[in-house]
Amino acid sequence: MSLLRCKPVFLDDLKEVRLPFEEGVPESLHAGDLVSLSGILYTGRDQTHRRMMDLLDSGKPLPVDLAGHLLYYVGPSPARPGQVIGAAGPTTSYRMDTYTPRLLELGLKATMGKGARSQVVQEAMQKQKCIYLAAFGGAGAYLSRCITKAEIVAFEDAGPEALYKFTVEGFPAVVINDVHGRDYYEMVREGRST
Amino acid sequence: MRYIEPAIITEAVKKITISAGCDLEPDILEGLLKARDRETSPLAKNILELFLINADVASREKIPVCQDTGVAVVFVELGRDVHVNGDLNEAVQLGILEGYEEGYLRKSVCDPITRVNTGTNTPAVIHIEFVPGEEIKIFMLPKGCGSENMSGLTMLPPSAGLQGMVDFVVSLVVVAGPNPCPPLLIGVGMGGTFEKAALLAKKALTRSLGTPNSRQDVAGLEEEILQKINDKGCGVQGLGGINTALAVHVEVFPSHIASLPVAVNIQCHAHRHKEVVI
Repeated sequence: MSLLRCKPVFLDDLKEVRLPFEEGVPESLHAGDLVSLSGILYTGRDQTHRRMMDLLDSGKPLPVDLAGHLLYYVGPSPARPGQVIGAAGPTTSYRMDTYTPRLLELGLKATMGKGARSQVVQEAMQKQKCIYLAAFGGAGAYLSRCITKAEIVAFEDAGPEALYKFTVEGFPAVVINDVHGRDYYEMVREGRST
Repeated sequence: MRYIEPAIITEAVKKITISAGCDLEPDILEGLLKARDRETSPLAKNILELFLINADVASREKIPVCQDTGVAVVFVELGRDVHVNGDLNEAVQLGILEGYEEGYLRKSVCDPITRVNTGTNTPAVIHIEFVPGEEIKIFMLPKGCGSENMSGLTMLPPSAGLQGMVDFVVSLVVVAGPNPCPPLLIGVGMGGTFEKAALLAKKALTRSLGTPNSRQDVAGLEEEILQKINDKGCGVQGLGGINTALAVHVEVFPSHIASLPVAVNIQCHAHRHKEVVI
């Protein structure tokens, strides 16, 4: 028997956002906005970042141009035959804090994971007009169905920490940090959320 | 004396490993349903609904509930009158290895120095306890590390008392905020020694969700801590509401007269666990 009574209401009431971002779109989003992402994004987590930093340190280019893109912090589980990808929910973002400002300088427009970002990252985001989104942690099976294509672009030997290119369709998320320096987690804590 | 072939243990462990990844048990499903029904924030209510849909998708399509299929923590209760015709530890490790491979579960275990993935999700963390009888009970807890990373331990002076213990648990959960994927299950180990408290906190997660401790004073503490955590307003995923935690389980053990160890093991809402008796 299904446990479900209905589809969550908010999934029908999301702001549509195309990826990669069109000019001016990150600036138009506000902390607390519920969005539905469609288009192309890249993925990376701990080792992916470490390897990207190694490339930059040795003066080499990254395997992909991140300018205008969203980087999703995820290490998916393997796909069964016939599936696009396994579970693919967000991992905790603070572990990437130390690497993020450098990637924002390369034109990355947004990051997505779960949990709060450091003060340094928040300031870098505001300076570079970038946003941070939270996907729903622990909903990896549901979210895998919002991914219509998945291909490994680099670091295949890192297994779940490879850099993937995902095509997503109606992928739900919440804007946590906007370009105006607002932090939705902080707004919730202080009772300022709407 | 009963004799058991290691292959039987391997097969049983493999089976519960695969199933634990994709099928949530009734206790956590019921916990999420109850949380959804009592939730006051519309957004949090909807996210809880999404988690129930997620559990349904996972179970029907055999996709893991969460991509972090964890490091395998295994509690083995070995009957005194059982003889394993081989190596029990190896039999369990092999079951974990085969389960993660055949179940399309993510392999997340790596060397702590080189960070190179072992590629098999082994070694699992295995705890063996001797009990009366002729059976082997195996409890599998694939532990995600978004929540594990937010856990903590303190050695309080006895003068800190219950108040000190309650404050430590609550402040740890508040600092963790949205990181460990609330709503949470909080396992607390109180007393014993440094390592005993940590093990008790982990063991507390194996109790069926929301079942109070049989000691009335401890059950009262569980209630008090749960209330205090949920009054803090972090809520589901740090996005508000009254469900930061679904339950608090406290386990106690006598400690030294100079000591009051308190360990807190945080578990996410994707609380996967499975048990088999051989």
